[in-house]
Amino acid sequence: MSGAFRIPSAGRLKQAKTARFSFDGQSYAGIEGDTLASALLANGVHLVGRSFKYHRPRGILSAGAEEPNALVEIKRDAARKTPNVRATVQELYDGLAAQSQNRWPSLSFDVGAVNDLASPLFSAGFYYKTFMWPKAAWKSLYEPKIRAAAGLGVSPDQPDPDHYSSRYAHCDVLVLGGGAAGIAAALAAAETGVRVILADEQAEFGGSLRFETGARIDGQDGFAWAQAAIARLQGMDNVRVLSRTTAFGYYAQNFVGLVERISDHLSAPGHDLPRERLWQVRAKRVVLASGAIERHMVFADNDRPGIMLAGAARTYLNHYGVAVGKNVGVYTANDSAYAAAIDLKKAGVNVAAIVDLRDHPTGPVIDEARALGIEVNFGRAVIRAGGKLRVSSMTVQPKNGGGERTIPVDAILMSAGWTPSVHLFSQSRGKVAFNDETKRFVPGTYAQDCASVGACNGTDGLSATIDEAYAAGEKAAKDADAKTAKGNKPKVDASESWSRGMLGAAPGAGPDTTVKAFVDFQNDVTAKDIRQAVHEGMRSIEHVKRFTTNGMATDQGKTSNMHGLAIAAETLGKPIPEVGLTTFRAPYTPVTFGAIVSHARGPLFDPTRKTAIHRWAEAQGAVFEDVGQWKRAWYFPKAGDDMHAAVDRECVAVRKTAGLFDASTLGKIEVVGPDAAKFMELLYTNPWEKLEPGRCRYGIMLREDGFIYDDGVVGRLAPDRFHVTTTTGGAPRVMNHMEDYLQTEFPHLNVWLTSITEQWAVIAVQGPKSRDIIAPLVEGIDMSDEALPHMSVREGKICGVPTRLFRMSFTGERGFEVNVPADYGQAVWEALWAEGQKHGAAAYGTEAMHVLRAEKGYIIVGQDTDGTVTPNDAGLDWAVGKKKADFVGIRGMARPDLVAKGRKQLVGLKTKDPKVVLEEGAQIVEDPKQAIPMKMIGHVTSSYWSENCGRSIALALVAGGRDRMGDTLYVPMPNGVIEVEVSGMVFFDETGGRLNG
Amino acid sequence: MLLIRCPYCEEERPELEFRNAGEAHIARSANISGESDDDFEKFFFIRSNPKGIIYERWRHMHGCARFFNAVRDTVTDKFIMTYKAGEPKPSKLPGVAK
Ligand SMILES: [Zn+2]
Repeated sequence: MSGAFRIPSAGRLKQAKTARFSFDGQSYAGIEGDTLASALLANGVHLVGRSFKYHRPRGILSAGAEEPNALVEIKRDAARKTPNVRATVQELYDGLAAQSQNRWPSLSFDVGAVNDLASPLFSAGFYYKTFMWPKAAWKSLYEPKIRAAAGLGVSPDQPDPDHYSSRYAHCDVLVLGGGAAGIAAALAAAETGVRVILADEQAEFGGSLRFETGARIDGQDGFAWAQAAIARLQGMDNVRVLSRTTAFGYYAQNFVGLVERISDHLSAPGHDLPRERLWQVRAKRVVLASGAIERHMVFADNDRPGIMLAGAARTYLNHYGVAVGKNVGVYTANDSAYAAAIDLKKAGVNVAAIVDLRDHPTGPVIDEARALGIEVNFGRAVIRAGGKLRVSSMTVQPKNGGGERTIPVDAILMSAGWTPSVHLFSQSRGKVAFNDETKRFVPGTYAQDCASVGACNGTDGLSATIDEAYAAGEKAAKDADAKTAKGNKPKVDASESWSRGMLGAAPGAGPDTTVKAFVDFQNDVTAKDIRQAVHEGMRSIEHVKRFTTNGMATDQGKTSNMHGLAIAAETLGKPIPEVGLTTFRAPYTPVTFGAIVSHARGPLFDPTRKTAIHRWAEAQGAVFEDVGQWKRAWYFPKAGDDMHAAVDRECVAVRKTAGLFDASTLGKIEVVGPDAAKFMELLYTNPWEKLEPGRCRYGIMLREDGFIYDDGVVGRLAPDRFHVTTTTGGAPRVMNHMEDYLQTEFPHLNVWLTSITEQWAVIAVQGPKSRDIIAPLVEGIDMSDEALPHMSVREGKICGVPTRLFRMSFTGERGFEVNVPADYGQAVWEALWAEGQKHGAAAYGTEAMHVLRAEKGYIIVGQDTDGTVTPNDAGLDWAVGKKKADFVGIRGMARPDLVAKGRKQLVGLKTKDPKVVLEEGAQIVEDPKQAIPMKMIGHVTSSYWSENCGRSIALALVAGGRDRMGDTLYVPMPNGVIEVEVSGMVFFDETGGRLNG
Repeated sequence: MLLIRCPYCEEERPELEFRNAGEAHIARSANISGESDDDFEKFFFIRSNPKGIIYERWRHMHGCARFFNAVRDTVTDKFIMTYKAGEPKPSKLPGVAK
């Protein structure tokens, strides 16, 4: 009922419920507890995908996270489509719908498979060689074609509707891997009472005990022992047990990233459940118990569906109760495949033959295989597999050559041995060491407080593994939080032992052959490709890897790296450790962006800052723009207004009557203390000592290199107190810059710096009627020009609340900036607005503010300057204290290049046709008829339509600009060349009379 | 994510709270305007980029906001020690042979 290949007497899922699922539209039945792979195999389905480059039919290689072939798309609904899901990891649920990938029009007939016939074109380094020239064709032709032809899966095209969660955790001992070793280590540590986290990527703990039926621990079957031990650990208050949780990255100081899959295995996940949870764990000690991964045999056509790892076939049988065929062959260079053959034979599956590359292996599994009547061949190789959509035969030959014999089979189980999973160890920056005897890379020099135990440490045999792991768990606990253990070490009653295997290509796929013997299934890399890379000059394994892409697919070469390395070493004629292992990088297996991003998306991606007056502007229908994290009112359209109409109206209103502007986002820093003036002298170019309390000055801040860093109006409230304003975007970096100098270069100065940006709301009232609007609301401040001249500041009250009232102007009109505590910002704004209505004032936004200041030639740091502009370049020499002995930037400003002739200087530009508005960023040339590439002598920094001037206006940085007054220059644009005249920067009220108008 | 010990807070705190502030022990001259072009170049532009021990400045940005100095190994990223701004460059480093 759940597949013809289900064996009733085998496996552990017998009592479970049926789960219906579909693959490529066809319905099947599986059992809850199946993976998609085991359920497909139970139904006799081996063909599940097409390969990346050659579109070769592919089956299921493994039963775990190392799977390179069985990648499918899982579709829950239109938005929930996950590509490249490993069928061997995806748990089955009722209603699961899976699709094969990388095939058209169907899995069994795929047009792209012509790539296989044309494979000489697609050899190693193909991407580098074929598509070198022309460069432009990459974007338009090669890349899209290659992506379409060689893509793996299709990205979802809708926003991810799921939510994800994220947690930080601390523990004394973190155990990664929940097989026999991990469980033993966790038990040892947990029994001491320290805080333990144990994580495993599988749904059920046990690791290789899932298939290793010969193991008995504490008088129980190995897998049953594991379940009992996990139940005990789960019952302990000091232990957290995480299943379906992959440790994907091991970072500095025992910081480990893990992803817990929470709902991908559920038929109908509740909306309250996150899909995945990211764990960021800081552990005092880490125990790595990540096991080992079986390698395939490298022989001709070893990728045919039905050819799989022996341990995987054993897992499908012993855990899932599924036979991977009815007549299987075995090809091995190590003992563990015998156990698979024996288990299958005992379950009633015919084992056609075992082909063992070794000449005279001996041992109990070999005797047992023979005793069961299985044909065993030593010193022989499988030189070829038959069949296309499914393996149909294996051709056997003595390994040193001789007569061939073809044996019909419907599956081949292979094992070249086991590779210790040193991925996390290597990520921890530990150095691996090559054991020449066992031909394995094992942990060598440790860089962090961790220990490796069991198969990932190259430890063979269950008894030795449990001993090592238990001792390591005890030691980790003691090192983390010295307490004594009081537990009992598990006792191993029976276990299996496996001898070694082989690395590299098997006979029949040697250097003299041209067969397709795959090393890396996911990236379609053959033994021949690796040899070719060496022949073409690649010497380092890192180069071989990049040239062939061996190990660079999403499986990160879990099954292929060691074979690839061995073939490269053989071709180079060097021992393996001299060729070196490629670096392992996080993530161990692919991690979703959702898990990493978690809640930090949409409105929570970045904080949004709103001023006290935001709600008023919103109610008035303002259009907002983002300035850093701030939302600023951009313009206030009236019915039928487009942006230009609104901005023109606002600009005219300010100069005709008055305008109100929310300037609250201006950065504000209070500089206080007996040495406040001395500090200001050092941080700004201007002189400050003689500025009288109650007066303001426009200040320029430089970096040490002499370039403009920030600017703003500074008011001296008292001898020891300055109210400094900065640009909106510059506030944090100016504060950091000031703190840096105060703490490290001028620590002798007695000064305190306080950010007051959010403390004060700022309402700019600008225009001829501005005083009339403010005056009725102000108490305790004489508003006359004599008492409160331009560039002065007073403290008093407005609408009954405290104010710092600045007389200053960023428009060239008589103007004020009313600072009030932010809590009163909206109330004071509304009161001023009501007064303003009596005079016909308008609210204006940032766009009008930009136009008005440009009409007056006032610069905006970051728009008219770009970090390479000196005060002189910007025409601001007047703001540099000539008599000062020191300020930040004084020496940088005097560098030869910064005082040289011909530097770009800020000037005004007037288009010959006043209606034409230049584009900001447009380049300027002297002669538009010169050959391309033209010599560019500057660029437009600001450009607007000015309704007040009745023409367009622009500011530009132009080489030697101030010596070019009245000259004609040219701005070449796609639709023709624009003629401009160089002018001064002030376009409106050149004498400045309106400041007191 | 690194753990960094702030010498003012006297606590190890996550890297997220800190910001790197470039190489340490590069003093600004008290007579900077009198410096030669070469000396200014050395002071402002030239930085060491060692494989191994580096002396650098950090700021406990989202903590006490203090600048301090740290000794770090650029190969392993390990912090060897941290100390307060203004303290001399340590002559002996704990756990480093030389
Ligand atoms: Zn601190």
